[in-house]
Amino acid sequence: MTENYTALYDQHKTAGASFTDFGGWQMPLKYTSELAEHHAVRNTAGLFDLSHMGEVWVTGPDAGAFLDYALAGKLSAIAVGKAKYSLICDRDGGIIDDLISYRRGEEKYLVVPNAGNATKVAAALAERAAKFDVAVEDVSAEISLIAVQGPNAEAILLQLVPAGQHSLVTELKYYAAVEVGIDVNGTVQDLLLARTGYTGEDGFEIYVPNDDAAGLWGALLNAGAVHGLVPAGLACRDSLRLEAGMPLYGNELSRQVNAYAAGLGPVVSLAKESDFVGKEALAAIKAAGVGSTIGQKLVGLKGLGRRAARGHYPVLKDGMLIGEVTSGQPSPTLGYPVAMAYVDVEHSEVGTVLDVDLRGKAEPFEVVALPFYKRAR
Amino acid sequence: MSKVVSELKYSAEHEWVAADGAGPVGIGISAVAADALGDIVYVDLPEVGSTVTAGETCGEVESTKSVSDLYAPVTGEVTEINDGVVADPALINSDPYGAGWLFKVAVTDEGPLMSAEEYATANGGEL
Repeated sequence: MTENYTALYDQHKTAGASFTDFGGWQMPLKYTSELAEHHAVRNTAGLFDLSHMGEVWVTGPDAGAFLDYALAGKLSAIAVGKAKYSLICDRDGGIIDDLISYRRGEEKYLVVPNAGNATKVAAALAERAAKFDVAVEDVSAEISLIAVQGPNAEAILLQLVPAGQHSLVTELKYYAAVEVGIDVNGTVQDLLLARTGYTGEDGFEIYVPNDDAAGLWGALLNAGAVHGLVPAGLACRDSLRLEAGMPLYGNELSRQVNAYAAGLGPVVSLAKESDFVGKEALAAIKAAGVGSTIGQKLVGLKGLGRRAARGHYPVLKDGMLIGEVTSGQPSPTLGYPVAMAYVDVEHSEVGTVLDVDLRGKAEPFEVVALPFYKRAR
Repeated sequence: MSKVVSELKYSAEHEWVAADGAGPVGIGISAVAADALGDIVYVDLPEVGSTVTAGETCGEVESTKSVSDLYAPVTGEVTEINDGVVADPALINSDPYGAGWLFKVAVTDEGPLMSAEEYATANGGEL
């Protein structure tokens, strides 16, 4: 696989990052300690390089109608300025990717797929666009994405936004985006600022041309110094999103699972009048009761002991195999192990105590509601 | 670069062994291994009175990201375990050769061990 480097690779190296391969990208795993970075995001703020994520522009008179057909949600119903979490599915209902779409104009959307899926998603969108008056343009290679996450994120950002535009930031709602002037080393640039994230905290994601990424990264670190901002790597991103009960493609989501088993039924708009790819299969899956009365569903597990479950560990009930862990770690915020797992629906009720086979030894875990962690508002 | 302490001996599985001969020897894991594991959050040690065998697993070290087997670098009876590190496994990261020691063994047989120089050369540590 080709190794991709983000525009911020040198910044990460200088900051002492250790790297890991993620979706074909060399990404910072951690800079100091993943626990310290995790706690910083929960208590102050963390700075993430997410430039490995894809960016695909969908523009043209049919943009909304096209996305209604290509994705599982009703994207034509989003207001300009808002964003929506959705799925791109196969004809059989399997999940190709989960992604966020920002409506940037009546006929203009920015679709953001996951790193490893970006090429696949862009290709699927291009293919599905054939009968629509729409242009699909994959600009992933030109755009960097930087996230500031944590309770101090807003205060940090305001330092780089001209006073006259502060209200654009402070009044920006969750899952919305706005073009705002951001001071990158003395030059105010209009950048797309989204109040979205993958950590369970308040925070922002900023889309920036590659050439300006290093400048913005440095400006944010400077502005954030007094607010406890630290660079944060993928290791803590994973523990943060797991605590927040957010699925990770490749762990909880794949072509082998469907929205109903994954607890993402509400993301699928069977009610939209138009056809969409996977509709027939998903309607049948829902009608059969998959994820509610038959099959497996994704649940949260709280470890009753100290040892953590890990991905692919078997889940047992009275010694019988009833499921498999998809993600698991000790929760730094909560102080006990947490995991997500697909288990047979008859054993999925909150409060049920199951066992996870931890390398040959059964340890008890209790089914709990997701998310494990919810920030105080 | 992770520190390698010159007075200790090391196994290929990254355990260190206090080199002095008389009495039970202290055992821990190297800074190289602790750094590679990440933040350690749980440690499972052999019981006092049990016998460990060089090269065989005798416990587990769990970090936020992964879990690794702990291998005995020597054969003998476990005489003491470090309760401090059981209560606060982060000591393995912060002081792997000191407060983060794991257990002591009355050695009857040593496994294949490396000198600090050999270990540092093989694993990129800094003496």
